[in-house]
Amino acid sequence: MLDIRNLCAGVDGTPILKNLNLQVGPGEVHAIMGPNGSGKSTLAQVLAGKSEYEVTGGEVIFNGTDLLEMKPEDRARAGVFLAFQYPVEIPGVNCTAFLKAALNECRKSRGETELDAVEFLQLVKKKTQLLELDQALLNRSLNEGFSGGEKKRNEIFQMAVLEPKLAILDETDSGLDIDALRVVASGVNKLRRPDNATLVITHYQRLLNYIVPDVVHVLVHGRIVKSGGKELAMELEERGYDWILETVAANGKA
Amino acid sequence: MESATDTIESFVKSEYKYGFVSDIETESFAPGLNEDVVRRIWQKKGEPEFMLEWRLKAYRHWLTMKEPHWPNVHYPPIDYQAYIYYAAAKPKKKLGSMDEVDPETKAVFDKLGISLNEQKRLSGVAVDAILDSVSVATTFKGELAKQGIIFCSFSEAVREHPELVKKYLGTVVPTNDNFFAALNSAVFSDGSFCYIPKGVRCPMELSTYFRINTAGAGQFERTLIVADEGSTVSYLEGCTAPMRDENQLHAAVVELVALENATIKYSTVQNWYPGDKDGKGGIYNFVTKRGKCDGRNSKISWTQVETGSAITWKYPSVILKGDNSVGEFYSVALTNHRQQADTGTKMIHVGKNTSSTIVSKGISAGRGQNSYRGQVKILKSAANARNYSQCDSLLLGDRCGAHTFPYIDVRNSTATVEHEASTSKIGEDQIFYCNQRGLATQDAINMIVNGYCKEVFKHLPMEFAVEAQKLLGVSLEGSVG
Repeated sequence: MLDIRNLCAGVDGTPILKNLNLQVGPGEVHAIMGPNGSGKSTLAQVLAGKSEYEVTGGEVIFNGTDLLEMKPEDRARAGVFLAFQYPVEIPGVNCTAFLKAALNECRKSRGETELDAVEFLQLVKKKTQLLELDQALLNRSLNEGFSGGEKKRNEIFQMAVLEPKLAILDETDSGLDIDALRVVASGVNKLRRPDNATLVITHYQRLLNYIVPDVVHVLVHGRIVKSGGKELAMELEERGYDWILETVAANGKA
Repeated sequence: MESATDTIESFVKSEYKYGFVSDIETESFAPGLNEDVVRRIWQKKGEPEFMLEWRLKAYRHWLTMKEPHWPNVHYPPIDYQAYIYYAAAKPKKKLGSMDEVDPETKAVFDKLGISLNEQKRLSGVAVDAILDSVSVATTFKGELAKQGIIFCSFSEAVREHPELVKKYLGTVVPTNDNFFAALNSAVFSDGSFCYIPKGVRCPMELSTYFRINTAGAGQFERTLIVADEGSTVSYLEGCTAPMRDENQLHAAVVELVALENATIKYSTVQNWYPGDKDGKGGIYNFVTKRGKCDGRNSKISWTQVETGSAITWKYPSVILKGDNSVGEFYSVALTNHRQQADTGTKMIHVGKNTSSTIVSKGISAGRGQNSYRGQVKILKSAANARNYSQCDSLLLGDRCGAHTFPYIDVRNSTATVEHEASTSKIGEDQIFYCNQRGLATQDAINMIVNGYCKEVFKHLPMEFAVEAQKLLGVSLEGSVG
């Protein structure tokens, strides 16, 4: 589904991702872990198409098409969803109206009919029940005055409505207390399907107790230096990142 | 990949869709202004004697005044002798009913989406249509008259209701108020007049639609709205003009009088031709709008959406004379390309327990310059007066400007005055967030700008709010990518 080959990218001339390789198949959940500044968020932003990141090499094939050639909105319409680490506030823009416009753009691009207000609200109701979300949130302006937890829940809610093929969760656990974390994680789990994939970017192992990954990758200095099963995350939690950094340094690859 | 800033660049190349010129036979004076022109306008209008004195007094005062240059706008000197001060569509026959409106004139308004045909009425809006300097039609006059409401052209009011005109004309904006108001008082040729009798709640929205058509003509209209005790009225104003290379002058005066327990809501969607993207042509919109809350518990509310004109100079204001009276000002002003706007309000608190609210939203794009200028004045007599002001500026791109000039003058220690201001740039992050959910950049900007203006739009009557949203979209529209 997602095939990243030798991806190199940076910002303002500073290279951040260096020959990154990653393959994610349908139905899989991959976790990307790594110390601060290793390039985790950059990877998420590059996949979503943020223009301030410059891709200097490599390719990203998503379901057979060259993702890097597509505009951000076309990537979204093709099913790439980024749950932002810091969702921006857009004052005066109603959450529901925003999401309806977004969903209908995605549907249009797939040749499906647009949902009218009634159909959309039915869908919203279904999804809010699934995620145990307070519907009152949806009558407010997008992320305006939301608590950290509310913002993250809203991201997952948008994901539930848009039903992406590839969901990228960028540090979705940051700033969440344990209850909020549980709610968000159970939402993600309920949305897992054999034909969609999830990329969970996180600094801590904590989230992975709730969203169990098939593969864990360790990102250091812009490349994946180690991959393994969910036990790798446990090991990182116990031993920290230092031992990996040392191994990498010893192999002279860093 | 294009950045959002690039997109905004291409995005603000908008088209003005009301720029057509209509070929209507008009009767115009030669350009120029002198006492004789004032007399001839008076004669043309068939006005009573008192109006001639009034006009001449204004004209003579105007001669002693200087054009104001304190606003934060820049333009070459205006040659007042180069303008035509009277232009009217030649009547083919005397107009009796709507069916007899000159078909070409009617076509102009049809093209603008303003139906002068009462059968095609839109959700109960009565319209007074003004082309160049003259009112061409007023709809629903008969129906309104049943409740004692007078809604007609100013010319007709002067002829049919001289006592009302004499009583209120110039009581809010005196002839010598300012340079443009004095000029208007001398030469205004038409406008709308509205009187709501005691205790009557006006059953439909009243509306004036202004259209400048003749080249080289200035438009000077005058609107007077009087809401008698306990009455309520909601008034809408819309305006457009053809695209022309020269600048045209529009100097209007609007006076509102609210007596005890009366409420006037005045909404404007101003869409005069703004000039082309290099700043050529466009309307100079130098307008004096003021309301007086004359009686206790009266209320005047201004809502304006300013998207047109090359230069806008206007400060819809409220004099809060009656105790417990309320003044409101909600404004969205957008400047794009080379447009300049210096707009805001004055809230003059005279009576006790008076309160005022100011919400101003400026949007600057292209090389547009947008200034908010507001005055809150609490006089000694205004015990327990309250004011809340909020002025926000939104910048699109990096070549535009936003300026804020608030003046606060408090002479009574029991007053409460609050002022909040913010300036923000439309964020690349906001646009990217929308993109990431599948929205194209143009739609994203429209959505963000509309969200920003929501606080003001919610005060517009429904049909107008929809129109205002579309208008903002059009004003920011262009080819993306």
